[in-house]
Amino acid sequence: MTALTPISRTPVSFYASVVAAAGALAGLFVGTAQGSGLLGIIVGAIAMGALAFVLTQVIKAEKPGIWGSVVLLAVIGFLLGGIPALVIGALFGWFFAWFSFWLYEGRYRRKLPPYLTPGQVLWHFVFRVICGAILVFLITPILVVMPLSFNAENFFTFTPEMLRFDPAGYSLKHYRAFFNSSDWQNALRNSVMIAPAATLLSVGFGTLAAIGLSQPHVPFRRAIMAILISPMIVPLIISAAGMYFFYSRIGLQGTYIGVVLAHAALGIPFVIITVTATLVGFDRSLTRAAANMGASPIRTFFKVQMPLILPGVISGGLFAFITSFDEVVVVLFVGSAGQKTLPWQMFIGLREQISPTILAVATLLVVISVMLLTTLELLRRRSERLRGMSPS
Amino acid sequence: MSDVTETIPQDSPEQGRKKSDGKIRAADGTSLKRSLNRALRRQKLRALILIAPLLIFVLVTFIAPIADMLFRSVENQIVAQTLPRTTDALADWEAASGQAPGAPVYKALYEDIFIAQERKLHTRLGSRLNYELTGASSLFRKSGRGVGDMGEVYQDQFEDFDDFWKMGENWNAFLGSDEWLAEIQAWDKASGDDQPAFEMRDGMEELFPQTAAKYEIFADFVQYEDEDNLYKEDPWALIYSSFYDDLTGPTATQIAAYDGPAAAQIKAATAAAADFETVDYAAAFADVDKDWAETPIWETIQTYSGPFTNGYFLNAVDMQKSPDGAELRPENQRVYGTLFLRTLFMSLMITGSCILLGYPVAWLLANLPARTANLLMILVLLPFWTSLLVRTSAWKVMLQQQGVINDTLVWLGIVDNFNRLALINNQTGTIIAMTHILLPFMILPLYSVMATIPPAFLRAAKSLGATNWTAFWRVYFPQSVPGIGAGSILVFILSIGYYITPEIVGGTTGTFISNRIAYHISSSLNWGLAAALGAILLAVVLALYWAYDKIVGIDNVKLGG
Repeated sequence: MTALTPISRTPVSFYASVVAAAGALAGLFVGTAQGSGLLGIIVGAIAMGALAFVLTQVIKAEKPGIWGSVVLLAVIGFLLGGIPALVIGALFGWFFAWFSFWLYEGRYRRKLPPYLTPGQVLWHFVFRVICGAILVFLITPILVVMPLSFNAENFFTFTPEMLRFDPAGYSLKHYRAFFNSSDWQNALRNSVMIAPAATLLSVGFGTLAAIGLSQPHVPFRRAIMAILISPMIVPLIISAAGMYFFYSRIGLQGTYIGVVLAHAALGIPFVIITVTATLVGFDRSLTRAAANMGASPIRTFFKVQMPLILPGVISGGLFAFITSFDEVVVVLFVGSAGQKTLPWQMFIGLREQISPTILAVATLLVVISVMLLTTLELLRRRSERLRGMSPS
Repeated sequence: MSDVTETIPQDSPEQGRKKSDGKIRAADGTSLKRSLNRALRRQKLRALILIAPLLIFVLVTFIAPIADMLFRSVENQIVAQTLPRTTDALADWEAASGQAPGAPVYKALYEDIFIAQERKLHTRLGSRLNYELTGASSLFRKSGRGVGDMGEVYQDQFEDFDDFWKMGENWNAFLGSDEWLAEIQAWDKASGDDQPAFEMRDGMEELFPQTAAKYEIFADFVQYEDEDNLYKEDPWALIYSSFYDDLTGPTATQIAAYDGPAAAQIKAATAAAADFETVDYAAAFADVDKDWAETPIWETIQTYSGPFTNGYFLNAVDMQKSPDGAELRPENQRVYGTLFLRTLFMSLMITGSCILLGYPVAWLLANLPARTANLLMILVLLPFWTSLLVRTSAWKVMLQQQGVINDTLVWLGIVDNFNRLALINNQTGTIIAMTHILLPFMILPLYSVMATIPPAFLRAAKSLGATNWTAFWRVYFPQSVPGIGAGSILVFILSIGYYITPEIVGGTTGTFISNRIAYHISSSLNWGLAAALGAILLAVVLALYWAYDKIVGIDNVKLGG
C-alpha cells in the first residue's frame, strides 16, 4: 500500500506557515536561552517562513537549496555563538530546508492511505514524534554517559570546554584511572573469574535439564519448571537474604565458590527458557534417523542434536553470563571484600565516593553489551536459517 | 503429544500377534499394554535422570536458602536456649498480677546469665530482646557484669574458710571419676591428642545435684569452647554458689554421710556454711538495674520463651504482642505499613508510566515494515542489555542538581539557576529511573502480542464507519489487553522487589521495602525481622507470579529477541 497516494505540490500558504510554526518552536528555545522567548518566537517564525519561501519559489533546486541553507545557518550560528552554535545552526539549516521541500512537494502523504483526512495525517506524524521522544528517552542515558566519560574535569556534566569542542575539555584520564587503580583491576579480575564459572555451571546443568524437560513424558513437569524458573521470579533481595543466611550456616558465605553457586542458580532460568524454546522447533525424526543408521545416543547428541540447538545454548549462556556479570545484590550479601566484582565496585562508587571513573567503566560495559547484542542477533538469524532447513 | 504414537514402534515393534485369550501381545509375549507401560516408564525415568542434577542443584543453592529465610522469620530459640532455667521457672508466673516474679526465678536468672556471660551470649540475647523491649540490650550488658559480683560472695567465703577450695585440682579430684583423673593427669597438651572428656564421679549427681549440673557445663565450656586444660582450671563463681545451695539444701543429710575424697573438707564446709553471708538474688538484680524489679522485662521474656514466634511478622505489619493478644503499635512507631504502601504505590506508578510510554512504541514497532522495526528495536534492546549499574549511574549523573537535565533546563531558561529541580534522592528520581530501566520489559511482551493482531481489523472497522477512536478502542485495544497484562505483571513483579536503583537514586523518601530488608540484614542485624519482611514480599510476588502463569503461561516467557 505504499506510494498509492498521488502526491502534488502544496500551496505556499500551507507549507510556509507550517515551517514558520516549527521555526517559532525552535525560536522559543533559542530565544529563552538568550533571554527573550517572545522575540525568539517572532524572529524564528519570520526567518524560517521566509527561508521556506525563498528555497521553494526562488531557488527551486532541492540539493543546492538544502546545502545553501546548511551553510547559511551554520555561518550565522558561528557568528553568534562560536563552534557549538555552528553545529546547531547547521542542523537547523538542514532540517528546515529538508522540511520545506518535504512539505512543498507533498511527499509527506506518499506513504499514507489516500483517504486520510488532514487531521488524521497530522495525528499520524504527531504520533511518530511522540514515539520518537520515547525512544530518545530510552537511549539518551546511555548516549550521555559516553561523551561524559571523556571529561577532563571531575564533573558529571558537560563543561563549557566540552561544549566548545575544545580538545582541552576532553581526556582519557578516567580510563587511565580505571586501568591503574588496583581496586578496579581487582574488581575486573573477580568479575572475569566468577561470571564464566557460573555460566559454565548453569549451561551444563541447564542444557541437560532442558533436554529432559522437552521429552514427551515428564512427570510433574509444571512443578519442576516452576522450581527451575523461580530464581528469575523471586526478587533478588529475597534470594540474597536467603542465600546470606543459608550460606553462612554452611560456611560458603564470603567464598568464591559461594558466589559462583549463587550466580549459577540465578542464571539457570535463562538457560532453561532459551534452550527449551530452541528444542520446541527441533525435529525428533532426526535423532531417530541417526539411531537408525547406527549412531549411539551420545554420538547422536553431539553430532546431530547439539549442532542444531547450539545457537539456543549459546544465547542461553550469554544470558547467564550477563546475569552474573551484571549482578550486584546477591554478591553484595554472599560475597566478601575478596569477591568484589565490577558492579559491586560501581555500586560503592555511586553510593560513597562518586568518581567519574564510573562513567569510563560504564562506557566500556556498554561496548561489551553492544557486542553481546550483536552476537545474539547473529545467533538468532543462524538458528532461524537452520530451523528453516529442517521440516517442522 | 503426537510423539506418543511415534515412539511406540521403536520400543515394541509391530510384531504383536493375537493369542488365544484375545490380548494383543508384543514380540516377547508380554501383553502390549504392559510392554507399552514399561516403555513409557523408561522414558519418564530417562527424562527425570536428565533433569535430576539441575533440580538438586537448584534445590540446594536456591530453594534451601529461601526455606531457611522463611524458617528464620518464625524461629526464636535464642531465649529458651540462653535462659533455659529462667523460662522454666517463669512458666507459672502471671503477668497480670503486676508483681515481679518470686525468688526462684531470680536465682534461675542468676545461673542463666552467669553461664551466658561466660559464653558471651548474653549481649546477643540482649539485642534480640531489644527488638521487643527498648532497653533490654543495656540491661543484659549490665547484668552480665553484675552476676560476677553475686557469685563472688560465696566464692570468697569458701576460699577464706579453706584454701582447699581455691584450687581447680581439688575440685576435679572431688567431682571427677577416678579413670578420668588418671587420664587427664597423663594427658599432655603438646602431644596433640584430644583432651579426655570430663566424667562425673558416681553418686555425685544425687549428692550434689546443683553443683554437679553446673560443673558439667563448666567442664564442657573449658574443654570445648576455651580449649584449656580442665584439670588446672579454677571453677566459676557459679560453682561455689551451687555448692553452697547443695550443702544447705535438701540433700544435706546424705552429704553428712559422705565418705569419698575430700570428705573432711566437705564436712568442715557444711558446718561453716550455716553461718555464711547469703545473697538475695532479687535484691541484687534490682541493684544492678531497677528494671529487673518491674514486670515489663519479665513479660517480654515470658512472651518470647517459645521456640517459634509470630513476633517478627507482627512487627513487620506494625503490630506488637501484648497481654491481650496482638495489637497495633503506637502511631509514632508504625513504619512498615507506610513502607509497604509506598512500595505498592510506586510500583503501580512505574507500571502505569511503563504502559503509557510502552504502548505507543510497541504499536509503532508492530506496524512498521520489518526492516525499520528491527532497526528501532535496537533502541529498545540496547538499554535492555546494558548493565543495570550503567543505567543507574547514567540517571544519577543526569538527574543531579548540577546534572545534565538541570543544566539544560537552566540554559533554556525554563528553570531558574537558584531553583534547580530536585529530581534525585526522592520519589521522582526513583520513578523516572525505574521506568526507564523496566520499560523494555513492557515493550517486548506488548510488541509480541501486537505483532499478531492483523492490521486489516482496524481498516475493516474504519470502512464500516467507525471513527479512529472507536476503531482503536473497540477493536484494537481489546486484542492488545493480554500484552498489557503480561507486561504489567512482569514490570510490577520486578519493580516491587527492586533494590539497587532506589538505593542509589531514592534518597530517604524514594526507597522500597527491599531497602529496609537490606538495612536489617547488614546494619541493624535484626535478621528475623528482615526474614519476615522478605516472606511477606515473597508471598506478594508469588501471588502475582501465579496470576502471570494463569494469564500468560510461564512457558511463554520470551527474552528480547
